[in-house]
Amino acid sequence: MWLEMRGAVRRFGERRALDGVSFGLAEGEIGCLLGPSGCGKTTALRSIAGLESLDAGAILSRGRVLEGPGVHLPPHERGIGLVFQDHALFPHLTARGNVEFGLQQLGRTERAARAGEMLDLVGLADCAEAYPSQLSGGQQQRVAVARALAPRPATLLLDEPFSSLDVALRERLVGELRALLKSLGATALVVTHDQQDAFALADRVGLMRDGCLVQWGTPYDLYHRPVTRFAAEFVGQASFLPAQRGDNGELQTELGPLVDGHGAGAARDGAVDVLLRPDDVVHDDRAPLKARIVERVFRGAEFLYTVELPSGRRVLSLVPSHHDHRVGESIGVRLVTDHVVTFPPLRGVTTSVAT
Amino acid sequence: MRPSPPRLAAVAAVTLLAVPAMLPLLSAAAAWAVPAGEIWQHQLAHVLPRVAGNTLLLLALVAVGTGVLGTALAWLVAGHEFPGRRVFAWALLLPLAVPGYVLAVVFAGALDFAGPLQSWLREAVTPGLRLPPIRSLGGAALVLTLCLYPYVYMLARVAFETTGARTLEAAQTLGHDRRSAFRRALLPLARPAIAAGVGLACMETLADFGVVAALNVDTFTTAIYRAWYGMYSIAAALQMAALLALLALAGVWLERRLRGSRSFAGQRPSGALPRLRLTGARAIAATALVVVVLGVSFVLPMAQLLAWAARHVATDLDARYWAFAGRSVALAASGALVVVVAALVHGYALRLERRPWLRALGRLGTAGYAVPGTVLAVGLFAPVAGLNNWLQARLDLALGASAPQLFLQGTLLTMFVAYLARFLAVGTGPIESGMERIHRNLDEAAVLLGARGATRLRRLHLPLLRGSLLAAAVLVFVDLMKELPITLMTRPFGFETLAVRVFEMAAEGEWERAALPSVFIVAVGVLPVVLLARRVTHVA
Amino acid sequence: MLLTALARNAVLLGLCAGILPVSAHADTLVVYSARNEQLIKPIFDAYQKETGVEIKFTTGDAAVLVERLAAEGRNSPADILMTVDAGELWNAAQRGLLRPVQSPTLARNIPKHLRDPQNRWFGLSQRARTIVYSPQRVDAKQLSTYDQLATPPWHGKLCLRTSKKVYNQSLVATMIAAQGEQKTEQVVRGWVGNLATDVFANDTQLLEAIAAGQCDVGIVNTYYYGRIVKDRPDFPVKVFWANQGAGGTHVNVSGAGVTQHSRNVKAATRFLEWLSSGKAQQHFAAVNMEFPANPAAAIDPVVASWGRFEASPINVAEAGRLQPAAVRLMDRAGYR
Repeated sequence: MWLEMRGAVRRFGERRALDGVSFGLAEGEIGCLLGPSGCGKTTALRSIAGLESLDAGAILSRGRVLEGPGVHLPPHERGIGLVFQDHALFPHLTARGNVEFGLQQLGRTERAARAGEMLDLVGLADCAEAYPSQLSGGQQQRVAVARALAPRPATLLLDEPFSSLDVALRERLVGELRALLKSLGATALVVTHDQQDAFALADRVGLMRDGCLVQWGTPYDLYHRPVTRFAAEFVGQASFLPAQRGDNGELQTELGPLVDGHGAGAARDGAVDVLLRPDDVVHDDRAPLKARIVERVFRGAEFLYTVELPSGRRVLSLVPSHHDHRVGESIGVRLVTDHVVTFPPLRGVTTSVAT
Repeated sequence: MRPSPPRLAAVAAVTLLAVPAMLPLLSAAAAWAVPAGEIWQHQLAHVLPRVAGNTLLLLALVAVGTGVLGTALAWLVAGHEFPGRRVFAWALLLPLAVPGYVLAVVFAGALDFAGPLQSWLREAVTPGLRLPPIRSLGGAALVLTLCLYPYVYMLARVAFETTGARTLEAAQTLGHDRRSAFRRALLPLARPAIAAGVGLACMETLADFGVVAALNVDTFTTAIYRAWYGMYSIAAALQMAALLALLALAGVWLERRLRGSRSFAGQRPSGALPRLRLTGARAIAATALVVVVLGVSFVLPMAQLLAWAARHVATDLDARYWAFAGRSVALAASGALVVVVAALVHGYALRLERRPWLRALGRLGTAGYAVPGTVLAVGLFAPVAGLNNWLQARLDLALGASAPQLFLQGTLLTMFVAYLARFLAVGTGPIESGMERIHRNLDEAAVLLGARGATRLRRLHLPLLRGSLLAAAVLVFVDLMKELPITLMTRPFGFETLAVRVFEMAAEGEWERAALPSVFIVAVGVLPVVLLARRVTHVA
Repeated sequence: MLLTALARNAVLLGLCAGILPVSAHADTLVVYSARNEQLIKPIFDAYQKETGVEIKFTTGDAAVLVERLAAEGRNSPADILMTVDAGELWNAAQRGLLRPVQSPTLARNIPKHLRDPQNRWFGLSQRARTIVYSPQRVDAKQLSTYDQLATPPWHGKLCLRTSKKVYNQSLVATMIAAQGEQKTEQVVRGWVGNLATDVFANDTQLLEAIAAGQCDVGIVNTYYYGRIVKDRPDFPVKVFWANQGAGGTHVNVSGAGVTQHSRNVKAATRFLEWLSSGKAQQHFAAVNMEFPANPAAAIDPVVASWGRFEASPINVAEAGRLQPAAVRLMDRAGYR
């Protein structure tokens, strides 16, 4: 492993910000820690950078122990780059000065050359002499990335890199950043609370909750094979439909039978909840089952309908936007599922829609 | 975008607040009409070259001294853990409560050839032993540094503690160790704060008369008094004072220019600055350094003052002292309130109306801090007395013999106007930097929520500025406790304060008897300083 | 305690309007005084006790008080200006801020050379500025005049106070009056060349320096010496009366005059007359160990113990007139 965290524990008083977190990144991989605020993802990042120390566990970079029992390498000896959430650019230095800041071991000419190269790379060669206050938010972020990459860190860490940027800029920058990191072959770990950013950027995503790593896998896995209800609900939109497992393993639902490809144990009586993503429930006029539209959200290319089944349960359905139906109309729906994920039913709770 | 018309209220406020400081400068300008050519010729030939050199050298020494000492102590306390740190954190502000002239007299008494230290050294060590003379430019620089470093210490510490953590982290992840991160990032970032502190120290140095007189150093200020007291030329004195104020303004302008387009605003406060735990010899050295600084700037001088005061306490201390102290506190507190409110209005008006010419006018309003107090008092007194006489003439015309006798120049109103002229700079310092930290987005958000003008000031800025306002109030309060010339000249009859008491004793050279009121000044000033110190710690 | 004081002052601060009926009544006098509160208050109190006339006063530097009088003009509440040197009185008179007072009592009590030739101000006590020396290292026979301290035998042995102090300015001014600028400048240059150490900020420091052995002779006002010996009778410094038989010891005065725009000229004059006579004279001088201006008044016993001396007969007004010239001369001579 290029970067590895093993059983990391970090306590703040009573609270465990990290409670036995382990994961690893291979060389050139982009990882992402995803989770709600307070889940410990930023603490994990800061521990890797050396800005926090661990109470237990270890951190290794290219086989070298950065953090472990009796070992705490100071941040400046770790060879880890960090892009701060607020960029933390030095306001008293120009863009070039900021990028050169981490290159003090180089000679003057080499330093200037490297800084120029990095600014070129992020497309800011023209703004080299501007002070941070004269740069836009997006430009500041790119300077921050260039600054962190300039000293050729083993791994680049990014803390909520897009949180301060507006949505339009954000989507473009995510793509640009991924392309940039890939072109450099850089290993990177990103922390974000936004699933879209995580999916667009990362090769591997880790979902965290209450200091624990709930799931670590590819974005595809995380979306389609969530291991807990929390994972299912946090990553994308989800509805849950009660089902009964037959003897042959087939699941009987209100919307018809399903083959259980991937699922957790059922209740003793064979009752389970099936995870349905909005794209699993498709609109088909010929479908025998009709559902009443109770809510609709226009999304440009699609409508996201919340439909009520005859049983009164509600599920989400993603429908191409030329199927324009009004609230109250009934439409035919059927299931199209590649990955059937089931969870034990929640006792006493009948809620079925989570968005 | 079409430029909007200037907001009248803002322009009016800044203009009005520039008036107090402008009055003496206008008096000075009027003084240029009085021929003092002969005196100037003499000054140019025999006095100015020497005093200008002395003044600049003293200024440079104090700037470097307060800058280095204040910043070093701030970094030591903010960034390190060592025995006594928690106490030192606030104790290092204590010298603020000691008037410079008092410290100078104590130093002169204790360290001169005839003083106890040198006498002891001659007896106990060797008869030929001499210390460097305390009555010298170096001595004055030392004393001024010791009583003015807290400005730098306080502002730098707040800068380190509020925004230092993130800067340190950023530098560390870029391969800098703590020392290098401090030198290359934290220090440059704290520059506006350090510059503000050094600026205050420099302006006080420019205006200082008490310290240089006690230690017998000839500066611009002493030359001003020499022209006035010695050669009876108030015109020449005012003219030289105007030059002094110009020099100060040029200094402020130069610092701003050097800062250029680097904006230091809007740095977000980050978490607590991690403190490096010092151990062994380094911990001892850190503690020793602070103990020495505190010892020579506060503890030992206070001990000497107390010893002097004890000799006269039986004869001099009477019930009136409570009244002196009460009056000093009431005066300083109400004066501080006036100055801080004015500084707040000043800062807010300049925030609303960002026009370079208005900013320049605003700067002019703070130039009084660099003018020697007595000169400023006289420069302000003359126009106020003139106004009084004009009003009296109108009144006499209207009411005849039954007209009441006006006495505007000897009222607290005049006193407060003079305080404004002199101390607006002390109030605007912390308030301006506090305002800089409030992001403009907040203003816009407040406007959209319907909070405009004064309402926005009350509901948005006041709560956010609480710390800065308190800092400003305490700084002005302590300065007013020590203030003498303005109080002396404009006080109502029989209005005696502690500082006036010091003057009464010191004017005839009875320094030991002046110790008693001095002790009172320090004692009363210490309380708010400790309050401020705790607050500063709290904010950080 | 503090709180009540605060509250009382808060009321005072609030109420203090710009209308003060000062000096409207004949039984109140307003004094602008450069003489300190502790030196004048007891005497003012005594006067009030004796006559019922209340005296309001404010203290400050003389130059500041003079500017204040000038700025206030005819609306000034002041009746009397009191200073601790003749120079500022001369300056105030010169600027028309003081009025002539024809009083036989004052003319009788105050010797001619201690008052303004036009009777606009009167000296009330004499402050002698003379030579002090260390009896251990100096034989009094080696001493004679101020001028003689500029000669080679005193090289490295002389201590002086700063020339910024008015007492030295008036000393040099009367030297100019007596022997002209050229001769005086030579003397002052000689002094500067003889200095044992940099000039002092006050006379007390200078006396302590002689006692500690930093220098052997100096020039001070005698009351500073008096204050020290009152506490330490064995203080190892002695007074030498300068210029005896050679023009006399330099004296300055602490004095007063009635202001040009006083509304109580008569009462003010009566007060000055009272100050110039009898017990008041004695007390006025003794409280600061000075010499009375009225030759008939008794001298403080400690002060008297330094012996009688011949004082310079030059009118102290000359000290004011020649003071700017003296300051320039000292600047030229490098006397700081």
